[in-house]
Amino acid sequence: MNRNRARLLSIPYVIWVIGFTVIPIIFIIGRAVTDENGSLTAANLLAIFDPIHRKALYLSLALAFISTLICILLAFPVAVILRGSRFRKKSIILFVLILPMWMNFILRILAIQMLISNNGLINHVLEMASLPALRLINTPGAIVLGMVYDYLPYMMLPVLNSVLAIPEDVIEAAKDLGANRKEVLSRIILPLSLSGIGSGITMVFVPSMTEFVIANILGGGKLQLLGNVIEQEFTTSMNWNLGSGLSVTLMVFVLITSIIFGRSNESGTRAAGLPI
Amino acid sequence: MIRKAMHRIYVALILIFLYAPIIVLVALSFNSSRSRVVWGGFTLEWYARVFKSSAIMNALGTTFGLAFSSALIASVLGLLGAVGIYAMRKRNYQIMLFMTNIPMINADIVTGIALLLWFVHLIPLGFGSVLLAHVTFNVPYVILCVLPRLEAMDVYQYEAALDLGAGEFYAFMRILLPQILPGVLSGFLMSVTLSMDDFVITYFTKGAGVNTLSTLIYGEIRKGIKPEMYALSTLLFAIVLLLLILVNLPYGNMFSKKVRQEGNI
Repeated sequence: MNRNRARLLSIPYVIWVIGFTVIPIIFIIGRAVTDENGSLTAANLLAIFDPIHRKALYLSLALAFISTLICILLAFPVAVILRGSRFRKKSIILFVLILPMWMNFILRILAIQMLISNNGLINHVLEMASLPALRLINTPGAIVLGMVYDYLPYMMLPVLNSVLAIPEDVIEAAKDLGANRKEVLSRIILPLSLSGIGSGITMVFVPSMTEFVIANILGGGKLQLLGNVIEQEFTTSMNWNLGSGLSVTLMVFVLITSIIFGRSNESGTRAAGLPI
Repeated sequence: MIRKAMHRIYVALILIFLYAPIIVLVALSFNSSRSRVVWGGFTLEWYARVFKSSAIMNALGTTFGLAFSSALIASVLGLLGAVGIYAMRKRNYQIMLFMTNIPMINADIVTGIALLLWFVHLIPLGFGSVLLAHVTFNVPYVILCVLPRLEAMDVYQYEAALDLGAGEFYAFMRILLPQILPGVLSGFLMSVTLSMDDFVITYFTKGAGVNTLSTLIYGEIRKGIKPEMYALSTLLFAIVLLLLILVNLPYGNMFSKKVRQEGNI
């Protein structure tokens, strides 16, 4: 096909991108730099420095950082174990990892709430064993638990992919040259799986940092993440300009994260669709 | 072989972690007590009542309707877009790839709010606005599924067809389309999944009156989730499980092998 004419085929998509990607971003930035009367102001962008918002930002960053770190620490050993085991049927591993995502996400978070609530299953079991009850719900730890639970597959899939993709020859060569198990792990497998870990970081860190549903359910509404603050500006406080200002701030953080760690090349991982 | 046993225990613990909430939800769907912590005995009552709840059935219809129509529109738009982008010169190609990445990189909450701010000037919020939003976050995935297919495509076959007298449209349909169709198919399936899974973007763009399963559940949290919802989720989960097992069976492989080369693992 003539290249010029082939290019014409993208016209509907280009219009779509302008209409539903570019214009909305212009609108959100427009709202962020104006007040409710429409006059220019920097107040909504500077609002992130208010003590309440700053606290929410720090909490969001801290919880997202901890969740991402835990996800790496949980996922990497699984990948290494699966690589070492004879059982390497990728499609089945994938299947097992992805299947939980087919249960509605909010229901799964509610199920965690039932497990860890004060009169929940875990405390029931502890009570029966005459152990003291744990206060788990409505703590930052509960939110981290929910985030790790929900986003672990996003870390697991790229890490698994990159660890399983390392050629056996490279590891054999390292062993022949005298590397022990630990050295193989730290000097061969880890460096070669960094790209997978990188895309995992983006895919876990960004949604954890911007989350509000998990924090609402497991944090009991008392712990405010930046996502919660923004959601409330749009649903209850109805200050859309302030909400937009904070959203633009959030967008900057997302951008920084994806520049540092690179965009995920595994479009399939986030979608986590059918293993076909 | 202590090391091996430790490995097994570790993987088992991860699996328990992933599946414990699912087991809780499945158990609740059979629990005759409405309480979330007390086991009142086995019942199938909630399964019988799912189909009589108009709120749940409406939300289910909306969820499926959205998923399939947004995936269909996104597939057509993405297929055409990818072919066009493929033919672009380097600079425009880079610009379009960057634009395509924006909805994927951006946080859902920001995408949802940005669309909301635009939609309030454009159209009444409702099924239509949610559909536009879902197509918007689905197209990038279709494009990223189709583009690698195009890069790997054999252009000479197409040129040979033209030399042998095929018209451009005929050659496109007979030579190009079959080569990129698996990419479109995986893009479509991914779009259906993403659309059914979405909560945040739907939440901001839906307005009052329209509910998907996710937004219906979210609205019910304070009053307590109706047990019928657990039953429906368990049913959907069981259906997906069955489908996935079928696809993974030996004869299912013939169908899925082609798509699997797609690289989305």
